[in-house]
Amino acid sequence: MFYREAGDFSTTYEQDSQTFPIRFDRYRYYVVLLIAFAVVPFLINDYWVNAVFLPFLIYAIAAIGLNILVGYCGQVSLGTGGFMAVGAYAVYKLMTAFPDVNIFFHVIGAGIVTAGVCVLFGLPSLRIKGFYLAVATLAAQFFLVWLFNRVPWFYNYSASGQISAPERTLFGIPVTGAETAPWAAYLFCLVFTVFSALIARNLTRGMAGRKWMAIRDMDIAAEIIGVNPMKAKLTAFATSGFFVGLAGALFFAVYLGAVEVGEVFGINKSFLVLFMVIIGGLGSIFGSFAGAAFLVLLPVLLKNILVSGLGWPTDLAAHLEFIIVGAMIVIFLIAEPHGLAQLWRIAKEKLRLWPFPH
Amino acid sequence: MKKTLVTAALAAVMAAGPALADLTFSSLSYRTGPYAANGIPFADGYADYFTLLNERDGGIGGEMTRMVECETGYNTEKGVECYEATKGEGVLVYQPLSTGITYQLIPKVTADSIPLHTMGYGRTSAKNGSVFRNVFNYPANYWDGASHAVTHILNENGGDIGGKTIALVYHNSAYGKEPIRTLEELAKKHGYNLTLLPVDHPGQEQKSQWLQIRRERPDYVLMWGWGVMNQVAIQEAANIRFPMENFIGIWWSASENDVLPAGDAAHGYKALAMHNVGDDYPVYADLKKYVVDAGKAAGAGDQLGTVLYNRGMYAAMLAAEAAKTAQGIHGTSAITPAMMRDGMEALVMTEEKMAGLGLPGFGPEFNVSCENHGGNGFGAVQQWDAEAGKWSLITDYYQSDQDVIQALIDEDSAAFAAEAGIEPGCN
Repeated sequence: MFYREAGDFSTTYEQDSQTFPIRFDRYRYYVVLLIAFAVVPFLINDYWVNAVFLPFLIYAIAAIGLNILVGYCGQVSLGTGGFMAVGAYAVYKLMTAFPDVNIFFHVIGAGIVTAGVCVLFGLPSLRIKGFYLAVATLAAQFFLVWLFNRVPWFYNYSASGQISAPERTLFGIPVTGAETAPWAAYLFCLVFTVFSALIARNLTRGMAGRKWMAIRDMDIAAEIIGVNPMKAKLTAFATSGFFVGLAGALFFAVYLGAVEVGEVFGINKSFLVLFMVIIGGLGSIFGSFAGAAFLVLLPVLLKNILVSGLGWPTDLAAHLEFIIVGAMIVIFLIAEPHGLAQLWRIAKEKLRLWPFPH
Repeated sequence: MKKTLVTAALAAVMAAGPALADLTFSSLSYRTGPYAANGIPFADGYADYFTLLNERDGGIGGEMTRMVECETGYNTEKGVECYEATKGEGVLVYQPLSTGITYQLIPKVTADSIPLHTMGYGRTSAKNGSVFRNVFNYPANYWDGASHAVTHILNENGGDIGGKTIALVYHNSAYGKEPIRTLEELAKKHGYNLTLLPVDHPGQEQKSQWLQIRRERPDYVLMWGWGVMNQVAIQEAANIRFPMENFIGIWWSASENDVLPAGDAAHGYKALAMHNVGDDYPVYADLKKYVVDAGKAAGAGDQLGTVLYNRGMYAAMLAAEAAKTAQGIHGTSAITPAMMRDGMEALVMTEEKMAGLGLPGFGPEFNVSCENHGGNGFGAVQQWDAEAGKWSLITDYYQSDQDVIQALIDEDSAAFAAEAGIEPGCN
């Protein structure tokens, strides 16, 4: 009914291999983009931006980054928090060292720096696999946080060791700092999120992505058919690091504005992004969005229902939040181990035939 | 089902619209997470004092007060969410009880013109009100605290601590790093050696730090800790038999929760104080009558008289007094956050005022002005008596070394003004 292939003919290879081959799906995607760019900016206020949209968009970038590494290339990483911290500190150093350069390029620059750091910590992946690699990246997490806490150069010798984002503008409109209008912060992050998703999608369905997946599925077989494991693994680390660095930079500069590395980019952040990837669906760009939405929006939704809606005590609500989110993670993983992306895929299959399944 | 949930959530968001004429106060509390043991008594004391004002006096200046509580879990992201969720309700003053959240909120409250009161925490240089127009940190700040501790050590040693070693065990965060600059400056002045021992969040693991203390045997140990870190540190100090009377914590490492787990071994542990301890005050009779016995106490109602409950109450009392001052200045009982700011800037706390509130001798006397948002920097030292199971002040309130601190404040606030493009001024 909703998803009909009838009358939807592909006459060229390009048409056949596009991201959304079904016409309805494609239009829905355009409508979502249109609403995100042209409607939402007029409706949002500080609360919606800071509590809902910014965390969702930024975590989506981080989840896409980690998904490339874990979902597509099969290299388990627990260092996401540390790599986000690299992005945040890189953008901070760039912002303060070159105040005249556009913030847009600083964020990209932070992504490139993080890509480099990520490759460095990805080197062990050439020799170790699986759980052992997870432990090696865990070391990256702790080392990076320790480094940013320890070396005053990274936080410009400020007394408290905090970094705070100065005001920077894009086309004369502030996008960082306290004077930022909600729509400006939102659009700035949205542009990065959309382009990250586009780039990631095109990388993963091209040659690079196929190599990563070959490595993930069986590295020896991949090597035999001519995939260079060193290049494949390190490009996966670099791409992943780039996106995670973008996310870290936006997280600090646009969303929080002031960051304390141990608290914001601790091990919890690594696990949170990993959960997003697992719940959303390993090896799926849509899954990254779904996972980020699930773990960002559900707590806010529950809080609003329990505290503002029902008037329950805040501590009880906070504890219930943990229980409900935790229980839902377990239930989801039992019901559908391939994540929300797979649920969505099944739903689409059903909707194709609905209401006449036979 | 899903639809009803979404609708309910939307309705909840819509319902949280602008409030009526009540004076709204927010409590960004943390009753969950690793710092809950300290967050709960503070939040209870803060809420109970406003309940008392409503029940006994009919609010402040005839306006009822309303408390908006939001759980942060000491997490900066949730703190931002809480701030954005509550600021639309006309909250008069924010007190986040977290240095990390304070740093987030400083630019935001400045843009939104809502006052922020960080009592004994937060960014110390906010004392310079000509730069930080909306941020207050009276009655004392971390740098005062660092100086109080050093002065106490000086007094114990007859004014000469040259060559002595002082170790600082600190929470490795913005909060714990605050006193380092001051302690370094004071080290230059008084000639002691400073050893820095960071402890990572949340602070359950301190074996290596205390091993180093055991090896190097510093003469004194200062502590900037919070939450579970305090208990662990005091236990570890007891384990290596460090003399407790040479172990001095900041006022955030000074609650019953911190010393009780170590039992008798914690006897003699010292901590700084910015207000008095115990429940021997007339206001407690009213609290019991109007709040506790009426079943209106916040939380479990079992925290009365603890150090942090007193601190929450003290914070609420200062906020209420500032609101009264603001009502006096502007001649209206329904004040706005901007008026509240004026009230905080004109706040004068005297002994008569505190006695009139049922809290004689509870805190130091101080007054606030535009140039000085931090009070006069008075503090005292309290000591734990494990046998009696209570804290008591062992010194009078004394002033911190203003020469050293004021220079640091001017320097740091000037740096902030330059960074944020603020023109310092009092108009």
